[in-house]
Amino acid sequence: MRRTHPIITSLALLTMGFLYLPLLGVAVFSVNAARRGLVWKGFTLNWYIKLFDNQWILEAAWNTLILAVVSTIIATVLGTVLAIGMDRFPWKPKTSNFLDIILHIPVVIPDIILAAALVVAFGLLRLLSSLFEPGLLNMIIGHITFQIAFVALVVRSRLTAIGREIEEAARDLFASDGYLLRRIMLPLLMPGIVAGAMLAFTLSLDDFVISFFTAGPESQTLPLYIFAAVRRGVTPQIHALSTLIMLITVVLVVATERITRKG
Amino acid sequence: MTPRLIIWYGELTTRRRLLKQGFLFLFAAMAWMMVFLVLPGLVLVVVSFATRGAYGQLEWVFSLENYKRLMGFSLFGWTADYLVILWRSVVVAFITTLISIILSYPLCFFIAARDKRSRYMWLTLVIIPFWTNMVIRTYAWFLILAPELPFARIAAALGIITPGMPLYPNAFAVYIGMVSMFLPFVTLPLYASVEKLDWSLVEAAQDLYASRIRVFTQAILPQTLPGLSVGVILTFVPAMGMFVVPDLLGGAKYMLVGNLIQQQFGASRDWPFGAAISMALMVLTMVSLQIYRRRSKEIEHI
Repeated sequence: MRRTHPIITSLALLTMGFLYLPLLGVAVFSVNAARRGLVWKGFTLNWYIKLFDNQWILEAAWNTLILAVVSTIIATVLGTVLAIGMDRFPWKPKTSNFLDIILHIPVVIPDIILAAALVVAFGLLRLLSSLFEPGLLNMIIGHITFQIAFVALVVRSRLTAIGREIEEAARDLFASDGYLLRRIMLPLLMPGIVAGAMLAFTLSLDDFVISFFTAGPESQTLPLYIFAAVRRGVTPQIHALSTLIMLITVVLVVATERITRKG
Repeated sequence: MTPRLIIWYGELTTRRRLLKQGFLFLFAAMAWMMVFLVLPGLVLVVVSFATRGAYGQLEWVFSLENYKRLMGFSLFGWTADYLVILWRSVVVAFITTLISIILSYPLCFFIAARDKRSRYMWLTLVIIPFWTNMVIRTYAWFLILAPELPFARIAAALGIITPGMPLYPNAFAVYIGMVSMFLPFVTLPLYASVEKLDWSLVEAAQDLYASRIRVFTQAILPQTLPGLSVGVILTFVPAMGMFVVPDLLGGAKYMLVGNLIQQQFGASRDWPFGAAISMALMVLTMVSLQIYRRRSKEIEHI
């Protein structure tokens, strides 16, 4: 262990304080009994209990969950198959490059551009079918579009890491395609697939911009709800909701760390 | 022509047969990306040349009108309003990235110097805000900068703001929000490089009486460049398109290009103009990535 200069240590601690001060502030005021204003009036868990009476919040939580689960499942399947397809076949460099560029578009462009493109695309698709009215389906499609790229990139790095030798050995021992995929590729790839799926899931929970542009009146998610609520002024209930989401994030982060470290 | 035989995974086969198989793997995801990413992107380009109808509908009359408007030309003469917003977005993204880098180095040095167990804990502490929802983190600043809390009170006592007013909306609040939003995006990739840093080079530079600045630019910076590059790209590009932070903490006075785009697709219902601004943002993103690539190559040569 090396020692750090006191200036560096204090700068580092100040920076951590800067990151956590606002989050702790929200947590503290979420257990404050005062109905209005920011004066300490004693401890209460009342605002948390009231969350479960609020029809709007329950509905938003449900939408958030459905959106994340459905989009993650579809994106994980599509992204994994895509990664295998890109990595395990003798594509010409030109084809590989092209696939690579498409895969990186959602990663490098500002998400507001993807959101704008989707709004226009759905607007035109609406002329063909009423399925594309703003709402949950559009949001799911939008989320899958950026999730596929992240899943494929994570799974592909796992494919590179495990190498081809084991598959070659299996082939030499006359494994069929189906056997190879089920009993060899998938178990070896599993840590990569799980990591990719968890990344996709968190990205979906985290997303605001794509949802904001594609949501309809019936498909509020929790981030959209909070964003709308801030404009009406901060309330203890929103503090409680935000704190609850932060706690869920902490649990997810720690769980992901545990899983990927073992993998 | 006889098909060329190749050996793939120890099996004799033809390239053609293999690629047919491979195509089946690619098809579903690539079809998806074509329909919901590439085509919408192309449509956005086309729409940026179209015209807004009287009721906000699209009219397929093509002109350069939207781009002219973005450059500030209108019926009433020339204004720099839109150009100012574009320029401001670049400046805000640049300064946000710069401050994030300056704060990230001490933090990374600090974490790298802990013993193994607490290093893991500190890293997790940086990862948690990284994954916490952007809206919630912005909302948290909304709370901290409220008029009743010490920060706004101190500012009021110093005469910077009127007493009883919050510390937003203004440029200061936007910077605070932006830096806290993007700081972990620099810290995490930078840490990966700092952890592998060869300190003997740093000590050698110090033994040779290099100034602190030269120790940093010649012994530390080149070694941490790979991580720093990832951090800069992860911060600068999304910072330019950011819209939650300026919307909540900047208000109408400190608009960024993200807000401008959102306005066109929201209240103003002017898709063609919104598409044109999106194109401008796209170009800014590409240009800055290109400039950045050149610069970082130059630094490598020092």
